[in-house]
Amino acid sequence: MSETPFIVLSAILFTIGCVGVLTRRNAIVVFMCVELMLNASNLALITFARVHGNLDGQVAAFFVMVVAAAEVVVGLAIIMTIFRTRRSASVDDASLLKY
Amino acid sequence: MIGFWLLAPVMVAAALGILFTRKAVHAALLLAVVMIGLAVMYALQDAPFLFAVQIIVYTGAILMLFLFVLMLVGVDASDSVVETIKGQRLMATVVGLLFGAVLVVGVAQVTVGAVTGLDEANAEGNVPALAQLLFSTYVFAFEATSALLITAAIGAMVLAHRERLTPKVGQAERAAQRMRDYVDHGKHLGPLPSPGVYARHNAVDTPALLPDGTAAETSVSRTLTARGTVRSAPALADDVTVLSRQIGHDGRRDGESGTTGNGRDREPGDQA
Repeated sequence: MSETPFIVLSAILFTIGCVGVLTRRNAIVVFMCVELMLNASNLALITFARVHGNLDGQVAAFFVMVVAAAEVVVGLAIIMTIFRTRRSASVDDASLLKY
Repeated sequence: MIGFWLLAPVMVAAALGILFTRKAVHAALLLAVVMIGLAVMYALQDAPFLFAVQIIVYTGAILMLFLFVLMLVGVDASDSVVETIKGQRLMATVVGLLFGAVLVVGVAQVTVGAVTGLDEANAEGNVPALAQLLFSTYVFAFEATSALLITAAIGAMVLAHRERLTPKVGQAERAAQRMRDYVDHGKHLGPLPSPGVYARHNAVDTPALLPDGTAAETSVSRTLTARGTVRSAPALADDVTVLSRQIGHDGRRDGESGTTGNGRDREPGDQA
């Protein structure tokens, strides 16, 4: 199997995740697009593991999954804390530091 | 390869759906579609361990965490279409398209030589080979991520903790408050009536019947009443009216030794 279709798919998913982070307003959906980007890079890592014939890419993807899990836990706890005090999950409403 | 070409358009469509959907819960479910599609891609590329881990950890744990927080924050909090920064959405879409084009063209022009499959690396099996790498070459990173996970769990507990601002109400205080409510406002002291009492069914959507055949409103959940899915009480009280008529209940009872006064031990066809 050629590796180019997988890498192109990874690139497309990554781009969609980027545009999602830039355009969506709900903080949780922004977070979901960040997860989409992480998943896209995982696909690239695993594809290159197969290309080079060793499992380092798969180990790297495994670590990405672990770190993403830890990041989601803390990030969602932060979003929930902000929601409790401000009653809003919109990223536009957290603008107190704006000049 | 057939699997790839079947699954890739579905995944791209689901990812685009995340961009355009209004409700956050739909975005979470579309992300689940993408993640399961990715798991199948991993399985197609000789990574069975990561296929399982992707479904169990990513889809099963991380995405469920997203859904829990969505439930806590509020499911109906949908994105408003009004822009706060003028032209941001248009610029973001243009930049996104350009970036995507650059990436795809750049990647498609790269050649990496022949694909060395994973047959040799997976000779003893994928999981033993991964374990070999994880606990020899990458053991320091492994221990560091375990420390990271502990830190993340503690961090979540610290962030989600709420300080108690009012003293905790104990059982004695709650009982005293109930008595006070009864004295001041006449609120009923005991528990709520259970649904279906003296009705034909004891389902939760069947209200309990009061002595005159009307429904007791407190016997069904308020959610069901608000949704309008409560069964009609007059229909359930139909046989009460029929029986009353048959036993002559409007005071013209004669020769009846009835202790209860509703004569239910009489046959329906008997003369009054």
